[in-house]
Amino acid sequence: MTYLAKPRLHHPDLPKNKLGYTHRDYEGTVSTLCAGCGHDSISGAIIQAFFELDVPPHRVAKLSGIGCSSKTPTYFLGNSHGFNSVHGRMPSVLTGANLANRDLIYFGVSGDGDSASIGLGQFAHLMRRGVNMVYIVENNGVYGLTKGQFSATADKGSKAKRGAVNNDEPIDMVMLALQLGASFVARSFSGDKEQLVPLIRAAIAHHGAAFIDVISPCVAFNNHPGSTKSYDFVREHNEAVNRLDFMPAKTEITTEYAPGTLQEVVQHDGSVLRLRKLHEDYDASDKAGAMNYLLQRQAAGEIVTGLLYLRPDADDLHRLLNTVDVPLNQLSEKELIPGAAALEKFNASLR
Amino acid sequence: MAPLSGRRPGLETSCSKKGSEAVKTKVTGRVTHGGELKQTDIANPDYFHKVVDCQWACPAHTPVPEYIRLIAAGRYSDAFMINWQSNVFPGILGRTCDRPCEPACRRGRVEEGSSDANGQSTGVKPEPVAICRLKRVAADLKDDIRHRLPKRAAKMNGKRVALVGAGPASLTVARDLAPLGYECVIYDADAQAGGMIRSQIPKFRLPESVIDEEVGYILGLGIEFRGGQRIDSLKALLAGNGSGAYDAVFVGSGAPRGRDLDLPGRKEAAKNIHIGIDWLSSVSFGHIDRIGKRVIVLGGGNTAMDCCRSSRRLGGEDVKVIVRSGFDEMKASPWEKEDAMHEGIPILNFHVPKAFIHEDGKLTGMLFEKVEAKYDDKGRRRLVPTGEPDVHLACDDVLIAVGQENAFPWIERDASVAFDDHGLPVVDKTTLQSTHPKVFFGGDSAFGPKNIIWAVAHGHEAAISIDALCRGADITKRPPPLFNLLSQKMGIHEWSYDNDVSNDARFKVPLKDMVIALKNIKVEVELGFDAAQAFAEAQRCLNCDVQTVFAPKLCIECDACVDICPMDCITFTPDGDEQELRTRLNAPSRNLTQDLYLAGGLKTGRVMVKDEDMCLHCGLCAERCPTGAWDMQKFFLEPAQAHDCHRRAPAVARPSRAVLGEAAD
Repeated sequence: MTYLAKPRLHHPDLPKNKLGYTHRDYEGTVSTLCAGCGHDSISGAIIQAFFELDVPPHRVAKLSGIGCSSKTPTYFLGNSHGFNSVHGRMPSVLTGANLANRDLIYFGVSGDGDSASIGLGQFAHLMRRGVNMVYIVENNGVYGLTKGQFSATADKGSKAKRGAVNNDEPIDMVMLALQLGASFVARSFSGDKEQLVPLIRAAIAHHGAAFIDVISPCVAFNNHPGSTKSYDFVREHNEAVNRLDFMPAKTEITTEYAPGTLQEVVQHDGSVLRLRKLHEDYDASDKAGAMNYLLQRQAAGEIVTGLLYLRPDADDLHRLLNTVDVPLNQLSEKELIPGAAALEKFNASLR
Repeated sequence: MAPLSGRRPGLETSCSKKGSEAVKTKVTGRVTHGGELKQTDIANPDYFHKVVDCQWACPAHTPVPEYIRLIAAGRYSDAFMINWQSNVFPGILGRTCDRPCEPACRRGRVEEGSSDANGQSTGVKPEPVAICRLKRVAADLKDDIRHRLPKRAAKMNGKRVALVGAGPASLTVARDLAPLGYECVIYDADAQAGGMIRSQIPKFRLPESVIDEEVGYILGLGIEFRGGQRIDSLKALLAGNGSGAYDAVFVGSGAPRGRDLDLPGRKEAAKNIHIGIDWLSSVSFGHIDRIGKRVIVLGGGNTAMDCCRSSRRLGGEDVKVIVRSGFDEMKASPWEKEDAMHEGIPILNFHVPKAFIHEDGKLTGMLFEKVEAKYDDKGRRRLVPTGEPDVHLACDDVLIAVGQENAFPWIERDASVAFDDHGLPVVDKTTLQSTHPKVFFGGDSAFGPKNIIWAVAHGHEAAISIDALCRGADITKRPPPLFNLLSQKMGIHEWSYDNDVSNDARFKVPLKDMVIALKNIKVEVELGFDAAQAFAEAQRCLNCDVQTVFAPKLCIECDACVDICPMDCITFTPDGDEQELRTRLNAPSRNLTQDLYLAGGLKTGRVMVKDEDMCLHCGLCAERCPTGAWDMQKFFLEPAQAHDCHRRAPAVARPSRAVLGEAAD
């Protein structure tokens, strides 16, 4: 945390993206989170991902609930639309916004308290409806704003800073997302941008509900021995199943890999995800296999990371509801008030 | 300096020769892929010294950021004393220095491509901090500092030193030696001390009062000045010129001979053709107060700029500077060229002088051949005639300022002082000793024309040598600099320096109205910054001496520093050799003159690499670091001076120590 604004000066040789922006143009105001918070690293990864994707900032809507994690949208994409909603209610606000204007990129940021406790129901229904969005849970296993009580994602047997042991079973957000129908499910670690940035890029490009659970150590209250969400513990137990290379649409693909080590997935928008397998048996298109694998590795005390599941041809809420193609604010009076004949026709269809 | 000078792992080194303030650092050496030891050794004073670009570039290694902070704090006298200790002539140099510090200043690099809050280019020309003009502020706004100067030596040590020429080099030697008990005698052909400072720099750039004041501080240390005494014989001087033999002789007689141009018409029209530096000194001493209406100045150095601007004040209405080479290759400092052009003096380039045209011995003009620059395969430049007809330019007077030479007619060829083919004395670059063990050279007389700040730097080194010689010590053993590193942390977000980076562009020094300035050659053109402007300009300084010091053992690799760094200086990455590492950093790293700060010993086996090139020293990495692995520590370095070789207390009261003491509170 700092009281100073980040100086405006930037490196004169910074690369620019297709829009002529540097990554500094995707920053927000300076973070007020604790120094060393994993959430700030995730913000850094989000900035990098949007910069690399050449996304015009004003085409993004970032929404959040309440908590340390939900403060972070202030700290990235300062020129995007933002909505800091009610505790646990980001999914419903986002769903509404998405229905009203389907053309924006919807980026939801939440935490383990916001999503696994007070907002668990909202989370569940958003996933099963397949809202086209990126849902990031910045998962640190504690309530940081209220000084470090266990959250619902804290592992059973893990220790709090003062030594108390957690006796409750943890909620695994990845398993929930898989079960509830998310079509892009990943887990990553705030301390590994090389893994996280391509995952965020792929999630943004994904058409459907994309969920990323990011383990994000709470430096103030959950970064001690006995914690299962500390920098050291996560680094020691991190088992990445694959490495993702994200190729935007129309990129020429040149690298060659040995057969069987690479899985290529083409997404809706033509972008290609190349998964370099780190575990031979892992198949990111097999949901049941993925869930099975996750349960096994979890029992062995490992934290499985990477792109865990992907259904590239997913449907989204708009297609399922058969909504109009253009944002509601672009509908003219003619379409909004089609007249008595249209009403009559509609009513007749219901008889 | 060798590129790997800052990399000396596996050593336990005490940073300071004064143990109490020393930082002891144990650096563990680690072998990388190439079998190369790569850790940055921050215990080597050169490493952080190089990061302070201005101080590293200054021949006298003046602690620039330190005095700029004092100016911002309104502590002008303290700022003056730091300068006085280091460069001896703050008020003079604050007006006339060649400022090698400013092209080196990091501010000039980081402002490049700067953008406003909306990401739009500000279009501001990147410029360094006005270091030189801030130095003048310290001199202008200080209080009476006479009580802070060293006292006259209470007891003389019986050693006698003769100094030839009363210019900046000799004055520096005398200042360093006199408080130690040496009997210093300065000889000069002129009646007043100051050398070229007094005789060649026009008064509209440097008022006489400033020279009198700063030369006076030195002569007040109990130094004997024998003005109006030209030395005719080195042998006689060594023998004491009739007043007891000298233990050492320092030659600081400058480069007193202006080069001439032997062209047709030179002899016939001699009455209106003048050698630049002789003419300037005649103007300076009031022997000349007029010049013709049309003046041609030949030459592209700073002397030419002084000649043309002086001419404008002595009746010259149509004054031109004419140079052989291109405008950009001129030797004059860019700001001196700007000042001349500002006063309506055009600079014509690629004109080679061919002849002086006269009518019965009365100069009427000059003939020039037009040339262009051609480069051969090896990039060497040749000036080739364009074939255009020669250019005739009418004029009443010509000033020749095409270079200066050293001249030692008074040194007997059999006096054991060897000279090289160019007529320069053979002088050791470190000790400044000539081939005669008792004779030392410094300033322009040693290595040809340079500038005041180099003369001062030579003076300090020569004083150390002379002191060692007189004590019977080995003069090749040079005393190490004094330096220390001290944390500036005062609270969670508090530092003992102002770490908020100013967005201001360089402030311009206000000038005297040109109509008034051109009427009187003694009216100083630059008015100097006032206190408010000085504060704002001082705030542009990035405090490059407040170093980012990294402790790998404390680092948890949370990336907080990487994310917050406004210049993307910091990268955590697998190790590699330097050239390859530079390609893998978060921001392009093309400035090979700037070191990479590399530290290993991290839990993931990666290394922390920081490119020092663009660091703003804003301290945000340290503010964001949850474990204190980054700290902002002030690096203070003072090159040794003669008094440092003596055990007793330093001869000068040192404000810098007080500043460091405060920071520790």
